[in-house]
Amino acid sequence: MCLAVPARIVEMEGDRAVVDAMGTRWAIRTTLTPEVGLGDIVLVHAGYAITKVEEEEARKTWELFEEIARLQEQQTRPPEASQ
Amino acid sequence: MNSSIELLRNRLTNAVEKIGRPIQIMEVCGTHTVALFRHGIRSLLPEGIRLLSGPGCPVCVTDQGTIDTLLELAQRSDTLITTYGDMIRVPGSRTSLEKLHRPNVRIVLSTDDALDAARKNPDKTVVFAAVGFETTAPATAVVLQQALAEGIRNFTILCAHKLVIPAMKALLEGRNDKIDAFLCPGHVSVIIGSDAYRPIAETYHRPCVVAGFEPMQILEGIARICEQIRSGRACVESVYQAAVRPAGNEIALKLLEEFFEPWDGPWRGLGRIPGGTLRLKKQYEQFDAVKRLDITPLDSPEPAGCMCGRVLCGLVEPPSCPLFGKICSPNHPIGPCMVSTEGACSAWYKYRGR
Repeated sequence: MCLAVPARIVEMEGDRAVVDAMGTRWAIRTTLTPEVGLGDIVLVHAGYAITKVEEEEARKTWELFEEIARLQEQQTRPPEASQ
Repeated sequence: MNSSIELLRNRLTNAVEKIGRPIQIMEVCGTHTVALFRHGIRSLLPEGIRLLSGPGCPVCVTDQGTIDTLLELAQRSDTLITTYGDMIRVPGSRTSLEKLHRPNVRIVLSTDDALDAARKNPDKTVVFAAVGFETTAPATAVVLQQALAEGIRNFTILCAHKLVIPAMKALLEGRNDKIDAFLCPGHVSVIIGSDAYRPIAETYHRPCVVAGFEPMQILEGIARICEQIRSGRACVESVYQAAVRPAGNEIALKLLEEFFEPWDGPWRGLGRIPGGTLRLKKQYEQFDAVKRLDITPLDSPEPAGCMCGRVLCGLVEPPSCPLFGKICSPNHPIGPCMVSTEGACSAWYKYRGR
């Protein structure tokens, strides 16, 4: 439950923002991180940005998520299809 | 990648050999529990390192009484319950929010949505099930501040937010003093800061290493722990400096301090922990669902035979529970450690202890 995901701020007005992570967009609030701006990458937890992170750190997480999704897809594929 | 894993394994093996006794490392974060299994990290560790899953899943540590209180509130006609999805399947003594099938129970993704439900339903008292550790609690404080500013009077919370440091202390002070070190939770630490673990390292002489959730970083964290134990040190280190500052998120901490105060509230399996739970400060009592709806908080026993409590203290591994995999499984959970996807029982069940 304490997982936060990195996402890029693509729209912003006051403490309300829209973020993008791997093509998924959602609305968040930046009340806890007033220093962030458009284009910044933040860790988002339960609808709130909790800290700013660098692009390289975010990329590592996104790649990991992609890898997990790929593995899960392989695991759930029927045996004949995985040949 | 493979060569760096080999390097890390060598560091671990060397350290463990020199330590010369088995060591127990506890992680206090449900996300770490799952990551350790998912990435097969447990199977990469040399013999002599035992990983324990501690009280790090917010749903799992919520006591039965709070869950029953929430269920009772959900059965009234004047309430609207808003909750994170994690809580919906947790069994109370007789039922769960999911099984109630009540139209007044809504899953929200953020506290913002819960406050919005209060704006849109002025004839109901909205109750937000405020569970979660320090990562999650600031979001509750933000909407309390907003409700105050907007004069929204029908928004309340059932406050069961937990604090991680008091739980670590409680474990060391008797519930399980065999823990040699802690792998500290990455995202809780974004809020509380890595300096928050200094009392654990300095007073209790247990190494504390903050790590994120990437497999190599978790392994690096475990290696740092082993190297500290080998050299007889106990200090706070962070391998997640990309997100964690020593002082944490000061705005979030200030908000928590404004609205909440620590008290000796109940935890599942750990009993009452001194200063381990947050409650609303007296001047914000108008947001307290228990007071506003005039109910008596319930104090319910844990399910018979369920060993979640001992699992949460790292005293037993899930398969030691007589219910595990027999009458308690993710589809028919008895205890919360099987309900929550971040619970130790659920992770053991899913990955078969790997």
